[in-house]
Amino acid sequence: MSSVLQARAQAVPALAARDITVRFGPRTVLENLSLDITGACWTSIVGPNGCGKSTLLRTLAGLIDPWGGTVALEGRPLSAWPRRERAKRVAWLPQSTMASDLTVRDCVALGRFPYTGWLGNSRLADEEAITRALKATGADEWWNRRLSTLSGGERQRVSLARLLAVEASILLLDEPTTHLDPPHQIDIASILRQQAHRCGGTIVSAIHDMTVALMADRVIVMGPHSLVGHGTVSEALEGDWLSRAFGTEISIVRSGTSYVWQPQLPR
Amino acid sequence: MSSSRIIAASELQARAERDSSARVARWMLIYILVALLLAAMSLLIGTSSLRTSLEWLRSPAALSDAVLWDIRLPRALGAWLAGALLGLGGAIAQNLFRNPLAEPYLLGSASGAALGVTVCLMAADVSLSGLAWMGELGVTGAAFVGAAAGITLTLTLCRGVLQTASLLLAGVVVAFVLGAITSLLLLRSPDTWRAMQSFLLGTTGFLGWRSAGLLALVFALCLVPAVLLARGLDALTLGEDAARSLGLPLGALRVGLLGLLSLATAAAVSQAGVVGFVGLVAPHLVRESVHVNSRQLIIAAPLCGGVLLQAADLASRWIIRPSELPVGIVTACLGGSYLVVLLWRKAQRE
Repeated sequence: MSSVLQARAQAVPALAARDITVRFGPRTVLENLSLDITGACWTSIVGPNGCGKSTLLRTLAGLIDPWGGTVALEGRPLSAWPRRERAKRVAWLPQSTMASDLTVRDCVALGRFPYTGWLGNSRLADEEAITRALKATGADEWWNRRLSTLSGGERQRVSLARLLAVEASILLLDEPTTHLDPPHQIDIASILRQQAHRCGGTIVSAIHDMTVALMADRVIVMGPHSLVGHGTVSEALEGDWLSRAFGTEISIVRSGTSYVWQPQLPR
Repeated sequence: MSSSRIIAASELQARAERDSSARVARWMLIYILVALLLAAMSLLIGTSSLRTSLEWLRSPAALSDAVLWDIRLPRALGAWLAGALLGLGGAIAQNLFRNPLAEPYLLGSASGAALGVTVCLMAADVSLSGLAWMGELGVTGAAFVGAAAGITLTLTLCRGVLQTASLLLAGVVVAFVLGAITSLLLLRSPDTWRAMQSFLLGTTGFLGWRSAGLLALVFALCLVPAVLLARGLDALTLGEDAARSLGLPLGALRVGLLGLLSLATAAAVSQAGVVGFVGLVAPHLVRESVHVNSRQLIIAAPLCGGVLLQAADLASRWIIRPSELPVGIVTACLGGSYLVVLLWRKAQRE
């Protein structure tokens, strides 16, 4: 990452959460959580099941209105943004996409909705964005196929292409690698890294698989309902945040350029 | 990657797009041609023999003109329009609920309309039988109000439009409860029951110019906004969160589509009774013959539904001529057997 990008990223946080509290009925999922999402880098949210990873991500995306606190996008509260303008800046990838009868290209073109609107009259810029997204994910080879005829891994690439087609500066992804075999997980991870480093995108993902999650630049480590730490991957490992979050010994070993989780069965 | 390959790919893409839209357009043309053919046939088929009908066409007279142009033509047109409205309702319902078994009646509109008509007939304390009653504005209005009330009740029960599963469940509950009330009322008044029978089975026999005009108006009012909202239906296949993140006003989209669904269904039911299966089968028939996106389906399903009900109308007049079967029985037989074929084909494929 260039130092210029880094300096700019530190000046204005892409997304800033201030004292957010999220409640579902009587249950408090997040309490007084504050954090800044650094721009032009890939951040992973990790933590045990049910700790509120998805809830945090959905709150950052503006899909959940927090009970208290605010999330600011470029310094302005999410709720104050016009719907389409916000959609041009923050894009969301759901866990799974239905196997519909749409063609790959039609599906990816939906990512341009914030620009083309109801009539779907696409301009040259839209066509180019769609082509770029298809190429970046390798989905251009079967742009003409129906989603219902694709495998899970192929469909996830199409979803990712749909996400990239928005060309938003902030990409939020909920479990983008779940249900994928290891090579496909790495494909997705490398696309995400490329988006952050080469295109200057701000990427936040919730990822279960520890090895894939630690391929990110930064991590947000969550314990039950609270933040354990937010920093670079090496900071997280030095502070042993993961063990604290999961409440059990988590041993991570360095292997080449990546970190690998070493599971230990109790004797 | 070389630029020549990119150009080749975009050319290929353009060609495939043309092919696919051309295929859809071809099917739409086929539906329209079949509808015209069926309309011509329904001018010739009726209680009179084919030869008499042809003679009527050749040498116009006051009486024969009345039969051809004031009874048979509006009936054919009305049947097409009612079928088209049901096809449109089915296409909206199946895409909105993302459920292939969704149909226009599932929010309680049909049972509401039936109850409305029952109450209206009982209140008038007459057993309006024969040709006249369906043309009464009071009955039409009652069916309309009943359908709207049934849908409103469903929406109130599940407190809004956002939960698809509870919406379907509430629709089932409302249909059962209103159906039970209707049955109870009918048990107490056998005369009304006889008058209601054709309404409950669905009938095209009472469609006149006034009905056709009303149906045409509602069809135009529903089709245009539905085509405009179709891209929202495509976006909904990505999941509700993703659709919302793209800037779609989800609540307004649902309210709009449910409004169109209700209006289309209420209009069709008020004029032709509770005709079954057309709304369920028409979108399937389109999807089986050609791959479509939501907008294409919104246009093609009404064309298909119109042809289905027109054909069923013709069959209902032909099978036991010179008398008639209620058209709902024909659509149920045709639609039911089609679904069975679909099921078999699917089982074979898997």
